[in-house]
Amino acid sequence: MMFNKNLKNILLVVFATLILSACSTAKKSGNVDGDVYTGKETVEYLASGVPDRVFFATNKSSLTTAARETLRKQASYLRKNKNLNVTIEGHADERGTREYNLALGERRANAARDYLMTYGISGNRIAVISYGKEKPVNPAGTPLAWSQNRRSVTVKVN
Amino acid sequence: MKNILLIVILNIFLINKSFALIEIDITRGNLDPLPIAVSPLHVDVKSENYEEIKIKELGEDISKIIEDNFKATGLFNPLKKEAFVQKPDIAHLKPRFEDWRLIKAQALVTGKLLITEGKLKVEFRLWDLAAAKEMTALAFTTTPSNWRRVAHIISDKIYERLTGEEGYFDTRIIYVAESGPKEQRVKKLAIMDQDGFNTKYLTLGNELVLTPRFNPTNQMVTYMSYFRNMPRVYLLDIETGTQEVVGNFPGMTFAPRFSPDGKKIVMSFAKDGNSDIYTMDLDSRVVERITNHSSIDTSPSFSPDGKFIAFNSDRSGLQQIYVMRSDGSGVKRITFGDGIYGTPVWSPRGDLIAFTKMRRGRFYIGVMRTDGAGERLLTENYYQEAPSWSPNGRVLVFYRETKSGSKGEGFTAKLWSIDITGYNERRLKTETDASDPSWSSLLSK
Repeated sequence: MMFNKNLKNILLVVFATLILSACSTAKKSGNVDGDVYTGKETVEYLASGVPDRVFFATNKSSLTTAARETLRKQASYLRKNKNLNVTIEGHADERGTREYNLALGERRANAARDYLMTYGISGNRIAVISYGKEKPVNPAGTPLAWSQNRRSVTVKVN
Repeated sequence: MKNILLIVILNIFLINKSFALIEIDITRGNLDPLPIAVSPLHVDVKSENYEEIKIKELGEDISKIIEDNFKATGLFNPLKKEAFVQKPDIAHLKPRFEDWRLIKAQALVTGKLLITEGKLKVEFRLWDLAAAKEMTALAFTTTPSNWRRVAHIISDKIYERLTGEEGYFDTRIIYVAESGPKEQRVKKLAIMDQDGFNTKYLTLGNELVLTPRFNPTNQMVTYMSYFRNMPRVYLLDIETGTQEVVGNFPGMTFAPRFSPDGKKIVMSFAKDGNSDIYTMDLDSRVVERITNHSSIDTSPSFSPDGKFIAFNSDRSGLQQIYVMRSDGSGVKRITFGDGIYGTPVWSPRGDLIAFTKMRRGRFYIGVMRTDGAGERLLTENYYQEAPSWSPNGRVLVFYRETKSGSKGEGFTAKLWSIDITGYNERRLKTETDASDPSWSSLLSK
């Protein structure tokens, strides 16, 4: 009996360690929530504290909470810099047909544009272009890479 | 281009056609390829030299192209020349049938050629060895620089005579030539003969170009370009090199294809996050909206009679294939299988639709009937899409991307072909990496 209890405890410890280490490796390679990328290391900055990109779920163009937070930062930055115009580039991962992905990239970029407009940014200041799956940031064939490639990127044009 | 070749029919024994002993069943695939002997063409001693042509080797070279074409069909088994017993000139005059039967050949191709006064004259004969008679004979006169096309036309004539179907050798493939790392891929329009020779690059690679498609009736091409960072559908005349943007749309136009008569372009137009299908008449420039739905409608393809358009849409949630009348009425979903469907392309025969299917992380090229029934998946891989039909509706060309490692290293994109029987998958020879192939119609009919 005693032996069994000890064994149980040991097993629990082993399991816990396994789970913890699994968590830490996931963090290291970048976070994915559902299949939406949430890591920061591929996010470049439109301005200090203003990330330039938001990430999407597979085949989706709806904005996540994190995406909306990023876009609100972009909107407040654009409100402060009234002469600045931007282009939003829409992208898709490589796991879809080329033509569908061109349309999907356009839909994602427009989702970001529409959100900026609800925060008072004039549509005239925001151009949209879709690259479909033609310009990945990460060429790897992994779920992580695909999540990093499903994105819209807000780029200054002047 | 078509008129360059003056085709003189020497004699065709039409009566033989219905009684021919040689028959190839092309519905079965390559289970039992027909043994065929292609004798080198006899080069007439009176032949003159012509720039960039080694006249002495021309007979061998033409027969090699014919052999390679036949081998690529999977339907023929060209026999090794070492076993040939008769000299080309004598065989062409009158083969000793028993000698050729001895090496197990069932059909024999012979020919002769002559270059004189700047003209290439070629003559060939196809012999049925079991019946010991001539099946077809043709003679051509053309400019010597056309010698590769002569070999393809001879291949087409023999294929037609033996299978009862139109050939597809005197054709070209337009595609996107790719180079560089995946994050910064350089893409150019390129065109080549269907056997991979005579590659020409039509754009310089300064801007991204995608999805070139041939006009089914002539040598015009429609494609998508990011020229000046404006993703638009363009029209290109291959003969003159002139390019123009198609229509005046205030947003991205993409996924273009010609109508079967070549007079219209059907394409998608994306604006405000929604993609719908439009047509534009190339003469009148009249634009018509064909679909009006809040989903993504794209990859349209006309039926060969022009009455219907197949396309893919995610109106049901995920991408599926739909068919509608060409005015946009009567939209009907035709795919209900397990997976996502895209890139429907109507066969030139009208009986099948080729498509790309995605299921559980794998990509398939398949065919089904035009009502969605009888789905057959022909090939499976990590990533492949965009089938295009050979003009006789027997073979599909598509592209496949592969990686040697999970970090994306060893990335390649190549053109492949497969028979609609599911047999005879082959990689097409291209100078560079390649994607988005489109097969032309026969250059000479």
